[in-house]
Amino acid sequence: MATVAQSSLVLSTFAPMSARRLYIFGGIALIAAGMLFGDIFAVFVLHQNAGQQGAALIEASRAVAAHDASGATAAFGRLGGLLEDRGTKVDAHVHMLDAGYLALLLALVQPYIALSQATKKAMAGLFVLGGVLLPLGIFLIHYVGLAYSPFAVIGWASVLADSAGALLIFVLLVQAWGFWKYLQTRELTESELPAEDSMPSRALLTGGTLLVLLGFLHGAYYAGTMLYRHEQMETAILERMIGVASQDNLAAASGEVANFGNLAGARAVNIAAHSHIIEFGLLAMLLSFVQPYVFLSEKWKRRWVKVLLGGSAILPVFVLLELKLGLLAGGIADLGGLLVVIGLLGMLAGILRYSGHLDAAEGAR
Amino acid sequence: MTSSRKLLVLGGMALAALGMLYGLYYAVFVEHQTLDQMGGSLTHAFASAAERNWSQSQTALQAYAATKYDYVRQVDAHSHWIGLGMLMIVLGVLFGRVNFSEAARQAIAICLLAGSAVFPLAVILQTYHHDALIFKALAVVGPALVICGLAATAWGFARHRTLA
Repeated sequence: MATVAQSSLVLSTFAPMSARRLYIFGGIALIAAGMLFGDIFAVFVLHQNAGQQGAALIEASRAVAAHDASGATAAFGRLGGLLEDRGTKVDAHVHMLDAGYLALLLALVQPYIALSQATKKAMAGLFVLGGVLLPLGIFLIHYVGLAYSPFAVIGWASVLADSAGALLIFVLLVQAWGFWKYLQTRELTESELPAEDSMPSRALLTGGTLLVLLGFLHGAYYAGTMLYRHEQMETAILERMIGVASQDNLAAASGEVANFGNLAGARAVNIAAHSHIIEFGLLAMLLSFVQPYVFLSEKWKRRWVKVLLGGSAILPVFVLLELKLGLLAGGIADLGGLLVVIGLLGMLAGILRYSGHLDAAEGAR
Repeated sequence: MTSSRKLLVLGGMALAALGMLYGLYYAVFVEHQTLDQMGGSLTHAFASAAERNWSQSQTALQAYAATKYDYVRQVDAHSHWIGLGMLMIVLGVLFGRVNFSEAARQAIAICLLAGSAVFPLAVILQTYHHDALIFKALAVVGPALVICGLAATAWGFARHRTLA
């Protein structure tokens, strides 16, 4: 009886083409795509880009030594391009993931949004559209540049990204309005997600909370002990780089470029470890809610949870270890990211099986 | 819905919307100009050094450091407001599983929400007064409140299981 009641509750909370289903599918797909993009970026772009940045700085130092101001300007032009290339790819990765997290979050709060089902569905469609267009626009910024743009510094790709961001804000404001309407009546517009007290749900919830807590502790440690020191070190290294280059000491200038690269690396790995561990924690907590919809045997559900939590711990730890172990740790971190993607896709497959099963049963009636 | 859950969900939505609005404003009106200024200052520092104009080079380098200081904090505030907002909403949905009295849950929720609002705000305010101790102190108090709130929440989840 309990199983029947639970099944009918799960069914009622996951109607075909409902807003909740759109948010869950769209959210998981955005997160998986964002992580895959991040992994590809880390393997094929990140380190190569850092190497090219170092080369551009050495070129700038040579120009300083040769009294060549236009050469130094040209070198920084190239460096700016490299930084934009890297920055827009990191931003596309982060924004795609965050849109995915927000979609899962919105799936959770749908019972508290007092709007018609048609409006909810339209908002879900708009949100997923914005979640795809925002990172796409950011990704294209580097390639489109200012071509055909009527603005001085903003190109069409930026306009696309900003418009998609505005679309996401609009959907969130409508959700807030729906929540405000709910507070007036206190009547749920649909059933809450079923609270499943299974091992996969509990492991995701507890593991997720611990990951977030660890991320906060690491962030506080980094901000307290390293942030200001790193900022001062950067200026000092640049001063020394300029000083030795102008004395025609190119070997020392190259050494300072290496110091600059190491410092940038130290900052990058700390920030990446901090943000990834918190985001994976949040993801695990969110995924604990969709476990009732994962139509797989308990054994396979547990496997995907272990793969996801394992990857969530491996990636940030080995990102931090990159400073000591170099590319080996980088490779293991990328593998951790891949494990998270695999765990996520495994769960998505389970949810797809569930919805297929549900829709087939509905169609047979 | 209990008041602690309402506080977290509403507060979280407000923080996420605030973070996004700030991000949109920043991307449209400030970011491109800031990045241009940052790149321009660094280029100017090297180009001036190539012309052996030390004072201009030094000034440009200081301008680069100051602009980057602001840029890092403005981006951090945007991402932390949204991230913390999302965390508040998730915790709001989950807060029924935190096995404390509603009064204790309210105290934890206030702690979490206050820390989440104050921390990015203090980080932004640092860009207006780089060495103001009060803003640095607030940037420490904010995360401390969130960490305490989160630890209490984790404890509440654990108590739920032992009592079940």
